[in-house]
Amino acid sequence: MLRISVQVEDFDAAQETAALTEGRHDVGAVASFIGLVRGEGERLEALELEHYPGMAEEQLTAIAKEAQDQWPLDAVCVIHRFGKIEVGGQIVLVIATSRHREAAFDAARHIMDYLKTDAPFWKKEHPKDGQDGTWVEGI
Amino acid sequence: MSERPTRLLYFAWLRERMGTAEEEVVLPESVRTVADLLDFLANRNEMAEAALADRAIIRVALDKKVASADASIGNASEIALFPPMTGG
Repeated sequence: MLRISVQVEDFDAAQETAALTEGRHDVGAVASFIGLVRGEGERLEALELEHYPGMAEEQLTAIAKEAQDQWPLDAVCVIHRFGKIEVGGQIVLVIATSRHREAAFDAARHIMDYLKTDAPFWKKEHPKDGQDGTWVEGI
Repeated sequence: MSERPTRLLYFAWLRERMGTAEEEVVLPESVRTVADLLDFLANRNEMAEAALADRAIIRVALDKKVASADASIGNASEIALFPPMTGG
């Protein structure tokens, strides 16, 4: 099972996890990662996330499928938000489920690593002092 | 290649520096590769020239697939230009 969503709305990790495990008695491991907006030493008020509609969903799907090919996973869920997100807010959720922990841990990390450089999202910092924001540099 | 319009999209600071999020252009026959396209756009005006000055940090996607500088544009109908991605 694969769930991919690019959305403005916040997500509920517990609810998303339950959707992957309910009624399943063969899933022994759930590894999840949540990325949050850092305040950078109280300097920031929020991050603005821009994305490329269509390509963002396609790339997240490709990255998740690659993980499914590489590890024996039961399900993968990737939710990435866009728009303005306040400090402390949730940006991204990755959940990988499997029979055993190694595959779930490794797959979740792999998906997060590739999502950083291969998913078309860009972050602009919104400072507290009202100054013009600056774009976070990628590699 | 026919004289059909190509949809160009710009994201993040490239969108800001190009002064637009999208436009339609008819690309001349001479624009065959991604590198040709960047040269063509940079030569149109000073704003574009400045925005595209550092070619090493400009990423290009042909119909939503990232392409290298020497990739052929072929029949791509939507071409997006953007800085390195910062997902997650």
